[in-house]
Amino acid sequence: MSSRDAILGRIRSAQTLAPPTPVEVPRDYRLGRTLPDAERRELLVDRLVDYKAHVHESTPEDLHVVLAKILTARGVRRVGIPEGLDRSWLAEFGGEVVVDSIDRPAADLGDLDGVVTASAVTCAETGTIFLDGSPDQGRRALTLVPDLHVCVVAMSDVEVGVPEALARLVPERPITMISGPSATSDIELERVEGVHGPRTLEVVMIG
Amino acid sequence: MTALGMPVVPPRGSGNLRGLEKFPDAARQELANPQLRRNIGKATHTIRAKRLNVTGELPDWEQLRDAGAAVKTDVLNRLPELLVQLEEAVTARGGVVHWAADAAEANAIVTDLIRKTGSDEVIKVKSMATQEIGLNEHLEEQGIAAYETDLAELIVQLGHDKPSHILVPAIHRNRAEIREIFLREMPDVDPDLDDNPRHLAAAARKFLRHKFMTVPVAVSGANFGIAETGTLAVVESEGNGRMCLTLPQTLITVMGIEKLLPTFRDLEVFLQLLPRSSTGERMNPYTSMWTGVTPGDGPQEFHLVLLDNGRTAALADEIGREALHCIRCSACLNVCPVYERTGGHAYGSTYPGPIGAVLSPQLAGMDEPHDPNASLPFASSLCGACYDACPVKIDIPSLLVELRHQKVEHARFGPEAAAMKAASLAMSSSRRWTAAQKAAGLGRVLAGKKGRITNLPGPLAGWTDARDMPAPPKQTFRQWWASDEGRAALAKAREEGQQR
Repeated sequence: MSSRDAILGRIRSAQTLAPPTPVEVPRDYRLGRTLPDAERRELLVDRLVDYKAHVHESTPEDLHVVLAKILTARGVRRVGIPEGLDRSWLAEFGGEVVVDSIDRPAADLGDLDGVVTASAVTCAETGTIFLDGSPDQGRRALTLVPDLHVCVVAMSDVEVGVPEALARLVPERPITMISGPSATSDIELERVEGVHGPRTLEVVMIG
Repeated sequence: MTALGMPVVPPRGSGNLRGLEKFPDAARQELANPQLRRNIGKATHTIRAKRLNVTGELPDWEQLRDAGAAVKTDVLNRLPELLVQLEEAVTARGGVVHWAADAAEANAIVTDLIRKTGSDEVIKVKSMATQEIGLNEHLEEQGIAAYETDLAELIVQLGHDKPSHILVPAIHRNRAEIREIFLREMPDVDPDLDDNPRHLAAAARKFLRHKFMTVPVAVSGANFGIAETGTLAVVESEGNGRMCLTLPQTLITVMGIEKLLPTFRDLEVFLQLLPRSSTGERMNPYTSMWTGVTPGDGPQEFHLVLLDNGRTAALADEIGREALHCIRCSACLNVCPVYERTGGHAYGSTYPGPIGAVLSPQLAGMDEPHDPNASLPFASSLCGACYDACPVKIDIPSLLVELRHQKVEHARFGPEAAAMKAASLAMSSSRRWTAAQKAAGLGRVLAGKKGRITNLPGPLAGWTDARDMPAPPKQTFRQWWASDEGRAALAKAREEGQQR
């Protein structure tokens, strides 16, 4: 007998010895919440700052200026972008723009000073940005190996809570949820920001 | 089922689920370590306060707990169909599903998969399941080097040590000890490294970065597996998880069969419950989700190993199976007055604290009275703090009481049962009870100056197998009542009563 059949058989034996008690899942927690733009924005900024992310606000028209300012201030000379990112976002940036492609070895991404991407959806209440591998966000390695991630969040993609944000995702896509830069509290519970992922997260909110 | 169709209790699990000595003996050694007590005390109190802050700010926290508990019950109710559904979904997306009946089989499957890649190195994401099956030890025997990439797990591994907490496994170490471990064990470490946590973390980043970029195989656990879509999820803080789940060519995930959730939507409950209960954050820094293989993004070969190892045995217990709801948040550890003092090592198993005290005996059994696991259900004051803290409302105190009952049942003809029978006989007659109490006063001789009896003689030994017994008082209440001191106290009380 295969272990698969053995395990499934064991479960059925267990359920015969201790029959299941049917259950209804109560879903009376908060669902479908909405908040006006200003309140959603305020909540999100509060949470992002709490995580030590750097927050900027921009209009869609000024985005290229704001991005160039951030990159310059961080001393970025080579910036990576995913293939599907709107190139006009980097129009003001004076350094080299490297468009990622899947045949570039991940280790080479370490040569980039930073990366600029869009995002899929954001949860205001927890300050969480979701990336889903869409063409304007790129493969997961791109936002992982470089030490600086500049992420653009459109207010129209900001949801209030976790249920509302998750509902907008396609489960089968590779999903990365980001809540501030990486951190560890493993040594005497003292928080150290920036372990393995990008040590700096800059968020630009537009709209 | 057997060939005749009669259900039998499934076999217990093996691996790192049992200590070498009973809890009271192990605890006594741990209690003598002031550094450990200070660190654990600080950690548990800090995380406890953070957890209360972030659970308190959600007005629907209790509704989320109710939903979480019900989803987990539903998972166990429909386990066979959900596992098959998960298998189909993962397979359809290019993954390969393996089934492991016990620790040995899981280790063999993983070893074989690593061999096929040609690599003799793997990078690992912190995983309770692989600790439970002793994967690292097994791989070492097979000549494969496994690198733990979570900072705390790395400290534990380099220190040739054991984890002491589910969430912060190296909490028993202080910064000076960690510096020494790094200087001694980490290749190419800067000899001028000081004990600033920021610098220690940076040393780990440098050491591991090379591994992330070069090792072609990763082994992970899973926090959740979604039956409906075949999606796996890992929550973490440091980014080492993202590295392991993204950069290698091959990913092998070992997941206990109870870690399932029926639908993707169920994450809306558990991604609120887990981080707030575990680290006391609104959300952990990074969560990765993947479904089979995505061309051009992440590992192009994905294996999922579904692990039983005693979980089906626990499922056969109508009361005890509730322990399988556990999502490994460690909130129960942080509120437990026993854990706070002994730390995790005393429990002997991969799973410490209140949940470990109910999970370990159920996964690995406690079939004879001297089994260290048979002492775990007594490692509790039954204060109930763990039940209040549990995000999926596991009634740990009731489970502990049930396991205590089962332990006594197992030892029905043993010494503890004999002691209970003697007590029952003595208590059934007032004359016999008075005589027995007088005799018990002699117990002070056994206790000696420490006022504690750790080893009762002869047939009474069963009682002190899992606990100490305080020395009996000098006199019984009845003796005191009849004494001059008792009469005087009574007269004084009467007088005070009349004055009012």
